[in-house]
Amino acid sequence: MELAIKKTETFTSTRNACKLCSPLGASLVFKGIEGCIPMIHGSQGCATYIRRYMISHYKEPVDIASSNFSEETTIYGGNKNFCTGIDNVRHMYNPAVIGIASTCLSETIGEDIPRLIREYAQLHEGEQIPVFIHASTPSYQGSHMDGFHETVLSAVASLANEGATSKQINIFSGFISPADIRYIKEICDDFGVEYMVFPDYSDTLDNPHWKDYQLIPEGGTPVAQIQNAANAIASIEFGTIMNKLVSTSKSSVAHTAGEWLEKHHSVPNTRMPLPIGIEASDVFFKTLETISGIPTPRHHARERGRLVDAYVDGHKYVFGKRAIVFGEEDMVLSMVAFLHEIGIETVLAGSGGESNSLKKEIDALTSGLYPNMIVMNNLDFETINEMVDELKPDIFIGNSKGYYIARRLKKPIVRIGFPIHDRFGAQRLHHIGYRGTQELFDRIVNALIEYKQEHSPVGYKYI
Amino acid sequence: MNAILKDRNSQIVRAGADTKTIACNKPSLAGAVSQRACVFCGSRVVLYPIADALHLIHGPIGCAAYTWDIRGAMSSGPEIHRMSFSTDLHEKDVVFGGEKKLEAALLELIDKYQPKAAFVYSTCIVGVIGDDIESICKKVQALKQIPVIPVHAPGFQGTKKDGYRAACEALEVLVGTGNRPAQEFSINILGDFNLAGELWILIDYYKRMGIHINATITGDGRVEDVANAHKAQLNVVQCSGSMMYLAKQMKEKYGIPFMKVSYFGIEDMSDALYEVATFFKSDDMLTKAKEIVRFEFARLMPELVKYKQALQGKKAAIYVGGSFKAISLIKALRLIGVQTVVVGSQTGTADEYEIIKQLCDEGTIIVDDSNPAELSAFVKETKADIFIGGVKERPIAYKIGLGFCDHNHERKEALAGYEGMLNFAKEIYATAMSPVWKFTK
Repeated sequence: MELAIKKTETFTSTRNACKLCSPLGASLVFKGIEGCIPMIHGSQGCATYIRRYMISHYKEPVDIASSNFSEETTIYGGNKNFCTGIDNVRHMYNPAVIGIASTCLSETIGEDIPRLIREYAQLHEGEQIPVFIHASTPSYQGSHMDGFHETVLSAVASLANEGATSKQINIFSGFISPADIRYIKEICDDFGVEYMVFPDYSDTLDNPHWKDYQLIPEGGTPVAQIQNAANAIASIEFGTIMNKLVSTSKSSVAHTAGEWLEKHHSVPNTRMPLPIGIEASDVFFKTLETISGIPTPRHHARERGRLVDAYVDGHKYVFGKRAIVFGEEDMVLSMVAFLHEIGIETVLAGSGGESNSLKKEIDALTSGLYPNMIVMNNLDFETINEMVDELKPDIFIGNSKGYYIARRLKKPIVRIGFPIHDRFGAQRLHHIGYRGTQELFDRIVNALIEYKQEHSPVGYKYI
Repeated sequence: MNAILKDRNSQIVRAGADTKTIACNKPSLAGAVSQRACVFCGSRVVLYPIADALHLIHGPIGCAAYTWDIRGAMSSGPEIHRMSFSTDLHEKDVVFGGEKKLEAALLELIDKYQPKAAFVYSTCIVGVIGDDIESICKKVQALKQIPVIPVHAPGFQGTKKDGYRAACEALEVLVGTGNRPAQEFSINILGDFNLAGELWILIDYYKRMGIHINATITGDGRVEDVANAHKAQLNVVQCSGSMMYLAKQMKEKYGIPFMKVSYFGIEDMSDALYEVATFFKSDDMLTKAKEIVRFEFARLMPELVKYKQALQGKKAAIYVGGSFKAISLIKALRLIGVQTVVVGSQTGTADEYEIIKQLCDEGTIIVDDSNPAELSAFVKETKADIFIGGVKERPIAYKIGLGFCDHNHERKEALAGYEGMLNFAKEIYATAMSPVWKFTK
């Protein structure tokens, strides 16, 4: 595949980005804290664009406040807007927590948000004020995933404190769907363990129908659980790719919440790729078994058994097919490993993420079996578009922004991850564990069957 | 919890009950979850449909990523506008400046995509880090021999409305640079963005009247047409919020008169055709306009009557970008038996809010620059059945059991013109009459 790379011009500009900006990741994490309203310290547009983007995916109200910078604020500093903003948010939403994400603008003019928070707290001494969590998320640093990780780390580092020992297992589940989070909670409930999933936007971004408008939807990880994270018996962290180039605000040694808790509070951390596929899911279940001393409940063992059965039933539809996978780095990594497990060859794996470690991680997880696979960080969709013809893919797997490329090639696309703006039910898709893998496997097999059926001169009613 | 902040009271009035004039054109309150975006957004949505231009966003990735292929603005030819180009500024660019990156990006993209012009949008931090966009644009323009136009759109420098103005200023640079021969009875269509092909519906009516379309700004827009926009005899302006500035400038500079029209609803659509015919003082045109109206009216009314019977007594809330469109919507809804009980917009004007106040029934809530907390409280208070708004309002409506019609720039159904009125009625009917609401009561 050397050829394909050589033929593609390199561009200084980003053309159809395969990433989003950092405050979006922060907003997602804040939506996963109970009683929390996110506030973006920057221009009005940042909050509105991020809201629109999330609303189109989750089909839920997503209220994100903005400190609404003006010309004056930018010159003289955002102190006044910050305080007025907090006052107004408190007045309207009465939140337990306010999550503040910075932006390229507030970072560039050198806003010291921790100081603004301290000053606000001093000003309101004696009052019951919300818990403040601050994440440093300038969009000129990394992608939305870096904002996501930074915010998880920030929340834990600022809230966790040592107290009585606890049986809590911390699960930092990364950027997965609300349905995935509900499934993790179900697994932990079935194991009968005490746990925290953080961030937990399984309710806040996938609410039931309401009679009355909920300004702050119920659900989210309780602050008490995040505080208790320091006393947990163990942490499990999904996602192994961290952008070490992005400096975090909390610690120069720890890049993730799990790492931080291990270093500062001696909570043992197990980091693993997103559990997609049987092998990766086994790692997750085994880890739960080891930590809890409880065997995998029969219900889940049977789900695994059915998945193996499905792999067998479907293996010929998928074997030898060529896939193009794109999206967030951790999602891409785990998808490639899963496809490897079922006999699909990934010919291009790409992400707008900037860790530069995607190739190394993929090689490690697939035992270096695909020397020809094109693996690219800092990738945009137009670069994929210009490479795909020669790669002769059978299927695309990624978010809906890659649809236009699949459409041009007239090949199927299985939509996973975020954003899914052109299909219904993104919040209910499963990706992880035996259940998620089953769902993905069914969707991939069916996409390939449908393609074969539609392109067959014979209108088979059975395939 | 309180739905309405004290400082927001001046931006909310009730028809019949309030004598006060609504306050508008104000920056959003800090901490409010405004439905507005920013200056950049305003400029981007207006210029976006120019299909053979390069739109390069100079800044970190977010602004470009969130506006990739954002509107359903259709093109009959090139589609460069549907690409998202960004200089994707990183930390080192912020520290050392992004000018070199901007220049390299412009040069490579112009070579690759051969656009007829390039718009360079400056975002929040560009002004702060002091990049001299003007001089880069000049340099590249000289090198590549196409107009390279800076769009001054740092998000914090005003409201979305200021972004409209920034877009108009960018367009002004182009207008007057072409020298196509002028044609008789020619108009420019300003402020239609060809969402779901709406512009083509309108062009068809005008052509049937014998009118020449000189330029469409910016729906299905082309650089050459904009450059020759000064050759028209009349500017017909819809979405006046975004395009009025350009129309006024063109009147001043080139003496081209303008008229404000709306293409939503039978009444306003027909008025638009009559007014243009009247402007040209042509009996023939007026006769043809009347023929179109008669034909369409006869075709639509039996259908609309059916919808009206079913919808009679339903109540609607409207929250859209500009107040001018809201006026048409109130009338269009009335035509199908629906009463408007809440009207609001992100960037409305005092005059138009006053018209709305006169037009609406007593008690109708009129609001400028609202937010989810207020809107949900208003629809509950007024017992609205249907909400008309954009993507951000949809989940508010659905979550508390109201029907919804997307009248914003992501709509995929044409809602302008006579055809559009029928689609609008169908959509309102579909959302109001769905059996699913029995589960939400």
